[in-house]
Amino acid sequence: MADPILELRDVYSSYGNIKALKGVSLKVFPGEIVAIIGANGAGKSTTLMAISGIVPVDKGDILYQGSSIVGKSAEKLPAMGLCQVPEGRRIFPRLSVAENLELGAFHRKERAEIEQDMERVFSLFPALAERRKQQGGTLSGGEQQMLAIARALMTRPKLLLMDEPSLGLAPLFVQKIFDIIHDVNEREGMTILLVEQNANLALQAAQRGYVLETGTVTMEDNADTLLHNPEIRKAYLGETA
Amino acid sequence: MDYFIQQLINGLTLGGLYALIALGYTMVYGVIQLINFAHGEFFAAGGYMGVILLSFFAGLGYIDTHPFLCIGASILLTMAYCAFLAMGVERVAYKPLRRASRLAALVSALGMSIFLSNGLMLTQGVFDKAYPSELIQGGFEVGTVIVSYLQLVIMGLTILLLVGLNILVFKTRVGMAMRATAQDKIMSSLVAISSNRIIAMTFAIGAGLAACAGIMVGFYYGSVRYDMGFVPGIKAFAAAVLGGIGNITGAMLGGLIIGMVEIFGAAYISGQYKDVFAFIILISVLYFKPTGIMGENVDDTRV
Ligand SMILES: Nc1ncnc2c1ncn2[C@@H]1O[C@H](COP(=O)(O)OP(=O)(O)OP(=O)(O)O)[C@@H](O)[C@H]1O
Ligand SMILES: [Mg+2]
Repeated sequence: MADPILELRDVYSSYGNIKALKGVSLKVFPGEIVAIIGANGAGKSTTLMAISGIVPVDKGDILYQGSSIVGKSAEKLPAMGLCQVPEGRRIFPRLSVAENLELGAFHRKERAEIEQDMERVFSLFPALAERRKQQGGTLSGGEQQMLAIARALMTRPKLLLMDEPSLGLAPLFVQKIFDIIHDVNEREGMTILLVEQNANLALQAAQRGYVLETGTVTMEDNADTLLHNPEIRKAYLGETA
Repeated sequence: MDYFIQQLINGLTLGGLYALIALGYTMVYGVIQLINFAHGEFFAAGGYMGVILLSFFAGLGYIDTHPFLCIGASILLTMAYCAFLAMGVERVAYKPLRRASRLAALVSALGMSIFLSNGLMLTQGVFDKAYPSELIQGGFEVGTVIVSYLQLVIMGLTILLLVGLNILVFKTRVGMAMRATAQDKIMSSLVAISSNRIIAMTFAIGAGLAACAGIMVGFYYGSVRYDMGFVPGIKAFAAAVLGGIGNITGAMLGGLIIGMVEIFGAAYISGQYKDVFAFIILISVLYFKPTGIMGENVDDTRV
């Protein structure tokens, strides 16, 4: 197998006294979709924020394309192809849709390519095209989620971290977002690390999955295997037996 | 009527100056939610650096041959000087406290204000320092209304800076990054914006504007003094609050209103109370509409 694009080695992170990650190890290989599932408070978002350089790493190492990115400032990562759609979307509320998208490409220089990508995301999400001038904060939840994903695509990531992209969306929207995830992975070979509450969807989209419980990885396997594991079905897919 | 128009012109001149200072408070607040109590000191430092540079050019004999070039160069160099000064202050007094409580940064700002003001006193003395006001002399009369060329220069320069700032903040990439940083620092770093750089830049721009106001006040009143930053600083702060702190258009409007109220109050009510009017407004705003006139609902021009 090729070298992993991302590897976490026994990563510890905390918020003050609260230990959120207690030795998380995982690997993501180029071209994969990998899912992280786990209960509320398991540390999924913290894992992504540690990778993105927002939450400091107390112990352990994070390797991206073979070199450590621990301690690197967060704003350096997008230019290296590492990008995140964070939990809660975090659209800039008082910037227009177009400005939000522009910021996705903030580290990029080539105007023509940026314009081209802008048109591309507008064709992926026609609802956004109609609302280019509208302020981000006035979009509906679903539109904001589309904008968050579109903004991330403007970064042209090699590795995209997505934190609960389906949260709060109607089934039709969820389907559309997973179609896009599938599409960018398939056609552009974008690697995706996906955090989801909706374990069913996530494991269907992913090739491999990790189960996170109170800050540690308790299980890792092929997505299919996890999907059919009775314990997982019971704990995360809401089945009674 | 002429008397009224005369006051209007005086009010616009003064109001524009308050607006220039108020922008520094509002921008810094917009980006890091800090009331930079040391901001008035950049205005004072500008007033001093301006006259120091002007005397320097006078010593070289350039003032007589190229007066406007010398004034222009003094303004630009002073703005640059104060911009660097403000970045230094930010680095030393605020950046280390970025993760501490807001109160800590506020106390640090008060301390910085005292430190800078005393620094100015120790290096420049306690007495007024005269400005070469004769460089921009004369004016014209319309009826009995007198408009001095200096007032025109001040208003012209103020408008230029205000328009320039609006373009910078609302039409450029850097301005977009600044607004993004003000709105969500975590997300802005996820899209490759360095908040450290943006914060430093915000301080620099605010101080540059205040520095320019300092020079103009020097010309307008004929002299500067080490403690000149205090009262205008507080009035400009009142202007920023009146406009809705964090809001750029608000700070401009607030400055104009405070300037007008001060001049008209002095003209029609009592000259002795002129400094009081700004504070009456500040207190009324805090009491009746704490978010200011451009406060959260009306707004799109928050940083
Ligand atoms: N900013 C913070 N300050 C203090 N504690 C935090 C902070 N953010 C998260 N935590 C704590 O860290 C732990 C892990 O949180 P995290 O957000 O990573 O969970 P999660 O798996 O993403 O949960 P969810 O599915 O609810 O989003 C939780 O116990 C949470 O309370
Ligand atoms: Mg989460």
